[in-house]
Amino acid sequence: MSRKDRMSGNQAVATAIRQINPDVIAAFPITPSTEIPQYVSSFKAEGLIDTEFIAVESEHSAMSACIGASAAGVRAMTATSSAGMALMYELLYVAASDRLPIVMAAVNRALTGPININADHSDSMGARDSGWIQIYSENAQEAYDNMLMAHRIAEHPDVLLPVMICQDGFITSHAIENIIIEDDEPVRAFVGEYNPPKHLLNPSESLGVGPYSVSAFYMEMKRKQFEAMNSARAVISDVSKDFGARIGRRYGMFEAYRMEDAEMAVLLMSSSAGTGKDAVDALRAKGVKAGLVKLRVFRPFPAKELADVFRGVKALGIMDKSDGFSGNGGPLGAEVRAALCGRPGGAKTCNYVFGLGGRDIRVDDFHVIFGELKGMIDGKQLPDCRYIGVRG
Amino acid sequence: MIEIRWHGRGGQGAKTAALLLADAAFETGLHVQGFPEYGPERMGAPITAYNRLSDGPIRIHSNIYNPDLVVVVDETLLKSVDVAAGLKDTGKLLVNTNSDPESVLRSFPGVKGDIWVIDAMDISIRTIGRNLPNTPLLSAVVRLTGIMGEEAFFKNMEKAFGEKFARKREVIEGNMRAVKEAWASVLQINEQARGKDV
Repeated sequence: MSRKDRMSGNQAVATAIRQINPDVIAAFPITPSTEIPQYVSSFKAEGLIDTEFIAVESEHSAMSACIGASAAGVRAMTATSSAGMALMYELLYVAASDRLPIVMAAVNRALTGPININADHSDSMGARDSGWIQIYSENAQEAYDNMLMAHRIAEHPDVLLPVMICQDGFITSHAIENIIIEDDEPVRAFVGEYNPPKHLLNPSESLGVGPYSVSAFYMEMKRKQFEAMNSARAVISDVSKDFGARIGRRYGMFEAYRMEDAEMAVLLMSSSAGTGKDAVDALRAKGVKAGLVKLRVFRPFPAKELADVFRGVKALGIMDKSDGFSGNGGPLGAEVRAALCGRPGGAKTCNYVFGLGGRDIRVDDFHVIFGELKGMIDGKQLPDCRYIGVRG
Repeated sequence: MIEIRWHGRGGQGAKTAALLLADAAFETGLHVQGFPEYGPERMGAPITAYNRLSDGPIRIHSNIYNPDLVVVVDETLLKSVDVAAGLKDTGKLLVNTNSDPESVLRSFPGVKGDIWVIDAMDISIRTIGRNLPNTPLLSAVVRLTGIMGEEAFFKNMEKAFGEKFARKREVIEGNMRAVKEAWASVLQINEQARGKDV
């Protein structure tokens, strides 16, 4: 059973955490993710969960505590944003390479400077090569659903990698929206108990976690990580299918919206996808063959599947909510273009950087983008990368 | 879809009012959004909050530029913020004020929609005992949007206050008086100038 409710994205994630009832949460407050540990500590005070809540003195310590707890063999979680995630970067690599299935609620926020508290993806994109699985959510419902799937993915024996569930700071984390909340029992049955095959506190099997690795072993460890990330594709797909069968909401590596016969399309992640869908519907009503792809899983990157969905598309706008400062655009721009390279089709592409530091993106902005994509189909040249919704 | 934009100052509760409205509308079965625009948060700084209310799911995640209703929580904002920007010609503007109608109308020479006023400060001081304009403004907004009838809304609020102030009967009564007075006293001030029937 489920109930209709309304809540913010942060409340939705906190509700998922209450239902999951993890063994350990270690967190340090940072806007806009602060509410998540705040709610969780209330749940703890009210006796709704028996989680060990560790109030640490920094995000570096939060991730360190999660690493210790996870290595000891329990479910460990944290929540963070922006500079908080940046302070974890060193430990994010440790968590992934130690193959610890930690789950993080990431509430995306710009990195300084100038100092800014609003949404963009520069925090989690800075962690894109850290070895974490990254899943992005459009709204409170998806943030909740993705969180319910996170542990099954992370803890799968073929994976054993940490997972971050991302949503846009304030835009969804602080917006009240309608949501369907599942009953506790079916959620707990879906998530299941965590029985790690190996852990530090097992007296019958001694184990080392995170030791020095000489050159003779380091690269084998890295290849194992590569293989685990590759295995995660099938596991994410299976877990999402099982979630669809048992809970009723269906998810893939990405959502293809009105892509069947699309001649032009945009690709993006998170909250602005809904705004883009409104633009696509308006264009479709006028007979324009426009479509949208909302990428849900950024790590592992579904390169082949994206190449397939864009086959037949003549012009593609790849929309990045962070700039990689390569001089060529953002991380999605680079990865999607690499995915299309050498495959049949050959869409013309433009990489749009949008929404930095909470800059609003409107339906009208999508119409500007689709107008430019139409121009590209008609032979007009566009720069490889351009900023949209910006003055000057 | 009804789109609402609230203008207030940090600490006055415009955000809370938007969230309360989302709650009330949700209770009627509508799909809702309630969200503030976060900037440098400090007491007294101009802030904006938003609502979308719709029969179907709401996908859009941008601010609101062409509202159906603008709510001005603090009339001192009229000097510094173009509160009526983008208001639909068929839209409504609600101002919390104790100024005379002529001076309020002079602030909005270009507004084509209906202009309404309410003295939420006076109502809240008399009924709740403090300047808490949220409750009367919420009541006026529900009336102007028409999302709920009088009786259903009063019942809804009685339940909400009952849960929130379970042990403070006098607080519930004061808030309910504020709700009812606001519903009755919110006033359109430009109908004669436009020659419209009320």
